[in-house]
Amino acid sequence: MRGDASGRQHDWLDDDAGPVVRPYTVTGGRVRPVTGGFDLMAFVLAAPGAASSPDAAHLQPEHRAILAMAAEPVSVAELAAGLNQVIGVVRVLLGDLLAAGLIAMHEPSTAAHFPEDDVLQAVVNGLRAL
Amino acid sequence: MDYGHSDLDSDRRIPLALKILIAGGFGAGKSTLVGAVSEIRPLHTEEVLTHAGLHTDDLIGVEGKRTTTVAMDFGRITINEDLQVYLFGTPGQDRFWFLWDELAYGALGAVVLADTRRLADSFPSVDYFERHGIPFVVAVNCFDGARRYTSDAVRQALDLDHDVPVVLCDVRQRQSGKLVLIALVEHVAGYHGHPVPA
Repeated sequence: MRGDASGRQHDWLDDDAGPVVRPYTVTGGRVRPVTGGFDLMAFVLAAPGAASSPDAAHLQPEHRAILAMAAEPVSVAELAAGLNQVIGVVRVLLGDLLAAGLIAMHEPSTAAHFPEDDVLQAVVNGLRAL
Repeated sequence: MDYGHSDLDSDRRIPLALKILIAGGFGAGKSTLVGAVSEIRPLHTEEVLTHAGLHTDDLIGVEGKRTTTVAMDFGRITINEDLQVYLFGTPGQDRFWFLWDELAYGALGAVVLADTRRLADSFPSVDYFERHGIPFVVAVNCFDGARRYTSDAVRQALDLDHDVPVVLCDVRQRQSGKLVLIALVEHVAGYHGHPVPA
């Protein structure tokens, strides 16, 4: 029972309660990116000096957080996890950044392109060495 | 360091990332397996689904509609600086098939975790990967106290093709999890007609 009104607020909220702010508020309700596909496994890399470029002047904090994480190549999935945003929101934000020329995207090779034998051999060897 | 293979538009190397799906029924040990072999603390991300869903570009006006959040767990293994393996746990509920489609796109292969106490829970995963032509192995998670079955008994119960590997494992053990992944990659190589030399 909680009798102390001055106690910690919102202690009845945990991860299971879901997001307190509706996720797509960040995108102004947009659910589709203006451009790009953004596979979960696509890598994002910020353009050199992107955060300080004039094109970045209007960016939201969430956009800037992406640019910071993407100083090194980072996958869309890891961006979403690191930013604690749902994947769909991250895709919309990435679309904004891509349209502004502030990031480069490296989409994974398609399903039709099967990795070469030496790649699978390298994976097996790497797993054995773990 | 050698940056000789760098991309034209940057001096950063973009790794080749392979995707492996970890599927199976609720409580079969998907997250445990991802956690046991991942080099990073398993990451968690979510997607919000709305019934307005795929046929709308805008959420304004649909605030009253029911939304569902689907969680996805994933981990990563860095093989070398040019090669990474991502492990994605599939959402457990069958009604999220369309999310499976996205996860399965371009996947190298899949591990179907089976709990012998609830073997039927792995039917939907087996069925999905068979239908989509995605190579998979069945990993039988040997829980404490669960009755042990031979891999042949599991193969028969799941009506698997004879070439689908069935491996017994303990997903809490990193070593055991590694062997499951190795079995999968070797199976994938054979599936595409280029067996990996032992």
